[in-house]
Amino acid sequence: MTALLETTGLTRRYGSLVALDGVSLSVTAGARHAVIGPNGAGKSTLFGLLTGSLRPSAGRITFDGQDVTGRPDHARARAGMGKTFQHSSLFTSLAVLDNVALATQRAAGLGMAMLRPAGRHAAVREEAMRQLELVGLAGRAAAPAAALSHGERRQLEVALALATSPKLLLLDEPTAGMSAADSVRFAELVESLGSAVTVLIIEHDLDVVFRLATRVTVLHLGRVLADGTPGQIRADERVQRAYLGDAALDDQFLEGTR
Amino acid sequence: MSTATEAPATAASQAMARGAAGLVLGLLALVPLLVSSNVADMLTRVLAFALLAIGLDLLAGVGGLPSLGQAAPFGVGAYTAALLAKHVTTVGPVQLLAAAVAGAGLAAAVGWLLVRSRGTYFLMLTLAVGEIVHELADRWEGVTGGSNGLAGVPAITLYPGAPPVRLAGLLYWYVLAAVLVCAGALWVVSRSAFGRTLRGVRDNEERMRSLGYWTFLPKYAVFCIAGAAAGAAGSLWVAQARFVSPADLGFEVSALALLAVVIGGRGSLWGAALGAAVVVLVREELSPQLGGRGPLVLGLVFVAAVYLLPRGFAGTRLSRRGSGPRRTAAP
Repeated sequence: MTALLETTGLTRRYGSLVALDGVSLSVTAGARHAVIGPNGAGKSTLFGLLTGSLRPSAGRITFDGQDVTGRPDHARARAGMGKTFQHSSLFTSLAVLDNVALATQRAAGLGMAMLRPAGRHAAVREEAMRQLELVGLAGRAAAPAAALSHGERRQLEVALALATSPKLLLLDEPTAGMSAADSVRFAELVESLGSAVTVLIIEHDLDVVFRLATRVTVLHLGRVLADGTPGQIRADERVQRAYLGDAALDDQFLEGTR
Repeated sequence: MSTATEAPATAASQAMARGAAGLVLGLLALVPLLVSSNVADMLTRVLAFALLAIGLDLLAGVGGLPSLGQAAPFGVGAYTAALLAKHVTTVGPVQLLAAAVAGAGLAAAVGWLLVRSRGTYFLMLTLAVGEIVHELADRWEGVTGGSNGLAGVPAITLYPGAPPVRLAGLLYWYVLAAVLVCAGALWVVSRSAFGRTLRGVRDNEERMRSLGYWTFLPKYAVFCIAGAAAGAAGSLWVAQARFVSPADLGFEVSALALLAVVIGGRGSLWGAALGAAVVVLVREELSPQLGGRGPLVLGLVFVAAVYLLPRGFAGTRLSRRGSGPRRTAAP
């Protein structure tokens, strides 16, 4: 089993605050790897560093055998790192199909093609339709994205990320604000991807995590607290304490507990 | 913001749109046979200004880059055409091509930095470039004739050795043909996959980057295309006016072009052409009758447009048809 994504000593400081402190993480190809942790653990910072919207203060990110630490976000996306946004981030004045077609036309290298009408690129259109079918939005292809419900927007969000055919899919709290039924549907969708797409999911909802993940990393106060299979993590005492808040108190009042 | 990609049109409405377009083109072609030469001259200027506005609409309405400095490439094109006419060649199409290249060249030179900024910053930087080019035209007397401008520009010819086109009606046909070719090219670009890319950048640039788009590239490209259109428009303007001065590339021209786009409805291209017609008609026809208070009328037109037609002429047509996208508010 080879690592598709690897971070070494990844650190991010905001002034004197260390949001992420020497995080080393290895995501195996084909895995569904979850990163969890209480508020302020550094999950969002880690996500920002992985997607390229933040620059690390120290450390290295290797993806698919290449050092991508210094690469901008669009270059990482081209290399095969797809991502979804925590809050749906769509093209609201365009039709649902055109939203996905933006992803498929980029993947086909047609983003700057100026001569043929956009709709005449049959392959781009068909691939976009196929992606919409995968997430169950085919019936809404002609609707404007602005008219979608919250759940449908999350589905479209995933379709957009998948339509670039990523090797790694980075999901930032995908079930945030979803109803329980939508969360289950979302989990099914991610499960249906199988091992063709490696998934790194940053998630609050532990039910979703323990249902989906094949491996779990727990962040706490910017460091890796635990890393293992869902079973191991469930049984880990330190993790339970971190979620109950004891560990935070220990850090403040007791020296040398870590 | 109406294109086939955004509001899937039915076959019937498409046929209607084609019919309307054919009717308008037919009327435009017949104009010289129906009106006096003064009116034909004015309509020639409307056409040239419409090309400037259509290019700006591709930049601002489709690409989301509102520029307050389109008078700069317009003026560079106008001076290029005038200088060519006086010193090199009177062949109109050559002047047109050279002016388009000059406009695109200016855009390429300044756009490299400009398109990296966004929103108000972009607006202010384009304004600054417009002022600099205006100042340059005013000061560089050896080439531009300074504040006196370049007078006595010879009439264009259609090909080397052809008789000069002096009749207002013939010149109108030449400008109409040139504008149709250029605007047609812009329309093709707007409908293409690249046009969809531009709309994506306009709606959500960060998302485009996460899909793997290096968004600088489409923004830079559309800035250069709009510059070429403005340069071509400048050459057509000079072909009619036979005169160019720094006033032709002042802030007012930039502002009026943007006003035409706002009145017309952003992103539809044809709306901008209609807006350009309103702007030029008010400025040239109404203003003298009102003792030079045209700007006041334009101000009122602008306020009325913002309140009564928040999406311009193009948006109004869409909402009457009951199409969804324009009615649903973006979150």
